[in-house]
Amino acid sequence: MRDELPALMSRRSLFSMIGKTAGIAVMYEAMATMAYAADSTFRQPIALTGAPKGSSVLILGAGLAGMVAAYELGKAGYKVQILEYQGRPGGRNWSLYGGDTYTELGGFKQNIEFDKGLYLNPGPWRIPHHHKAILHYCQLLGVQLEPFIQINYAAYVHSTKAFGGKPQRYRSVEADFDGYVAELLAKTVQQDKLDRPVTKEDREILLQALRGWGALDKNYAYVKSEDASNRRGFDHPPGGGLDAMPTPTDPVSLEDMIRGRLWRSIGSSKAYDVQQTMFQPVGGMGMIGKAFGKELGEIIRYNAKVTEIRQDKRGVTATFVDTLKGGAPQTAHADWCVCTIPASVLSQIPINVGAPMKAAIDALPYAASAKVGLQMKRRFWEEDEGIYGGITYTDQPNSMISYPSTDFFKRGKGVLLGAYTFGPNAVEFTAMPPEERIAKAVEYGANIHPQYREEFETGATVAWHRVPWTLGCAGSWTEETRAAHYNDICAIDGRIVMAGEHVSMIPAWQEGAVLSSLDAIGRLHKRIVQG
Amino acid sequence: MRGLGLAAAIAPIAILATSAGAQFAGGYRYQTGQDLYTHICQGCHMPDGKGATGAGAYPALAGNPKLQSPLYPVLVMLKGQKAMPSFSELSDAQIVEVTGYIRTKLGNNFPGAVTAEQVKALRAQAVRQNALRPG
Ligand SMILES: Cc1cc2nc3c(=O)[nH]c(=O)nc-3n(C[C@H](O)[C@H](O)[C@H](O)COP(=O)(O)OP(=O)(O)OC[C@H]3O[C@@H](n4cnc5c(N)ncnc54)[C@H](O)[C@@H]3O)c2cc1C
Repeated sequence: MRDELPALMSRRSLFSMIGKTAGIAVMYEAMATMAYAADSTFRQPIALTGAPKGSSVLILGAGLAGMVAAYELGKAGYKVQILEYQGRPGGRNWSLYGGDTYTELGGFKQNIEFDKGLYLNPGPWRIPHHHKAILHYCQLLGVQLEPFIQINYAAYVHSTKAFGGKPQRYRSVEADFDGYVAELLAKTVQQDKLDRPVTKEDREILLQALRGWGALDKNYAYVKSEDASNRRGFDHPPGGGLDAMPTPTDPVSLEDMIRGRLWRSIGSSKAYDVQQTMFQPVGGMGMIGKAFGKELGEIIRYNAKVTEIRQDKRGVTATFVDTLKGGAPQTAHADWCVCTIPASVLSQIPINVGAPMKAAIDALPYAASAKVGLQMKRRFWEEDEGIYGGITYTDQPNSMISYPSTDFFKRGKGVLLGAYTFGPNAVEFTAMPPEERIAKAVEYGANIHPQYREEFETGATVAWHRVPWTLGCAGSWTEETRAAHYNDICAIDGRIVMAGEHVSMIPAWQEGAVLSSLDAIGRLHKRIVQG
Repeated sequence: MRGLGLAAAIAPIAILATSAGAQFAGGYRYQTGQDLYTHICQGCHMPDGKGATGAGAYPALAGNPKLQSPLYPVLVMLKGQKAMPSFSELSDAQIVEVTGYIRTKLGNNFPGAVTAEQVKALRAQAVRQNALRPG
């Protein structure tokens, strides 16, 4: 890689020159040709043209998939309308602020009491740098982005069963794991016990690499040293003047490192979809949905609960009920339909699509997930512990604590993500009434930050199986169900095409919703234009 | 993305990531029908077993004639149904307990019962849930 740097630089300046002189689209094309934009299937903004005069598309759902479809098809010249169950745009793209109320299924109502400017993102909260489609729409809509801190070496890894329940700094957990693994491997290399032949020269290179990677000493041992402390932290860090001499820390023992199992959490941030740089919209993830809703204006009909979808040779008719005014069911009609209603809900709505698509809609379970936001009177994680953003992992049922990636050093309050759960933990959180979820998150969190007991003020929680308009967090495909149904849910069935995160290979990410929508409307437009 | 074709290419990372997942994806420790119901089922079917309705709905278990057959809820738990995930990670004994609870409590009084052997015999149809972790 290093050797290629000069070449890369010149290519980059070539691209920016093309960008300036020939426009963005040509630049994207040039980059794609040179295999440079391969971290996303989003190559360039979609530009559909030539909608047949008077042709119309009905869009069901005003989440990101639905709003992208409405925006782009409208630009292409179609008459578009969206029917949306809720009274706001965005769908799962959503933030809860002080003054909001939220009533989950079962009638459990929360009055959110966060201070002004503080919020919880109940669903999406972070966007990786390579999710180019959603980032494109943020830029287009003027949604301001700021860094989201995914990985923080000063945050904790915590287990109730290790180190007496005392949280360990992420940096020391990773340093000890890397250090001991490097040492063990170095020994194997030195004793020539690798299970494949390596030349003497390569062995030397590998040993150097291991020493560097694991912060090993000259004997390839992971021991208390300035090098190791440079990774795991100091008892007395290097300072200035007379206070300068650092005191290194003791690594935990190899056995404690292995048995403590804290290493389980240090792989999470290595995955492609959470690699830094990550972003978040300033003021809450819901800013994207809000901006889209403003852009689309009257195109969205809110409080419209779709109860039936029918197509025939001439078009598509959706029956809906006005959830505020009630009254007799009404209908909306168009030539074509893009349906982004989550399969969890759609599987309960009568719809005359072919058997393969219906089977696909009915084959998708929706996963559990629950979050709890906790407002604290002061930002003690910053003031007392030097933690600025990032995530603490714990083996308690709340799974993690995340610190706000914004307002650093501000005096006063802050909202922590006090629980973010999946699988059985999420199922159990969902089964609790909201106030118990909040109380549990406080209880677990206090085992890591005792300050909770003094500083906790008010909370908010969303458990996704109780969200009235998704009945779950996201479509949970398996390899088997994908093989059996994925192509069928993507197909255009007569005059209807599906879009949404559940119609993508990036499930439970906004990028999946946007890319699926772009793919669906691209194919639909082609079908319409080519007849 | 995750767990599919990439797995081989990023093996070391995948191992760490899966183990992190395993940390949260244990089973359920509850044993009695009531405990299992109140810590799992009532999330959707609600504390009173009457279900709930929004844009979509969760069916009531209270007074639900489908529960007449004791094997019906067993199969739903093992396989899942439409958007309802399977709960095949429950043990045979736990499934027996839950089945007994929802058929005789929540205002129900359906006769008959299932045995752990019957549940076991149906295991072949069980669907394993994919532990999806949202972004
Ligand atoms: C806990 C959690 C964490 C997540 N984290 C991230 C993250 O960090 N980053 C990220 O990018 N993504 C994340 N996601 C995923 C992201 O939220 C989704 O992929 C995306 O928002 C889905 O968009 P959509 O348009 O497909 O569906 P939705 O946003 O759900 O839109 C569907 C719309 O249809 C409406 N509707 C439903 N039923 C009806 C009906 N009968 N009639 C009319 N309208 C109806 C709904 O009200 C909704 O507005 C997360 C999701 C969850 C739940």
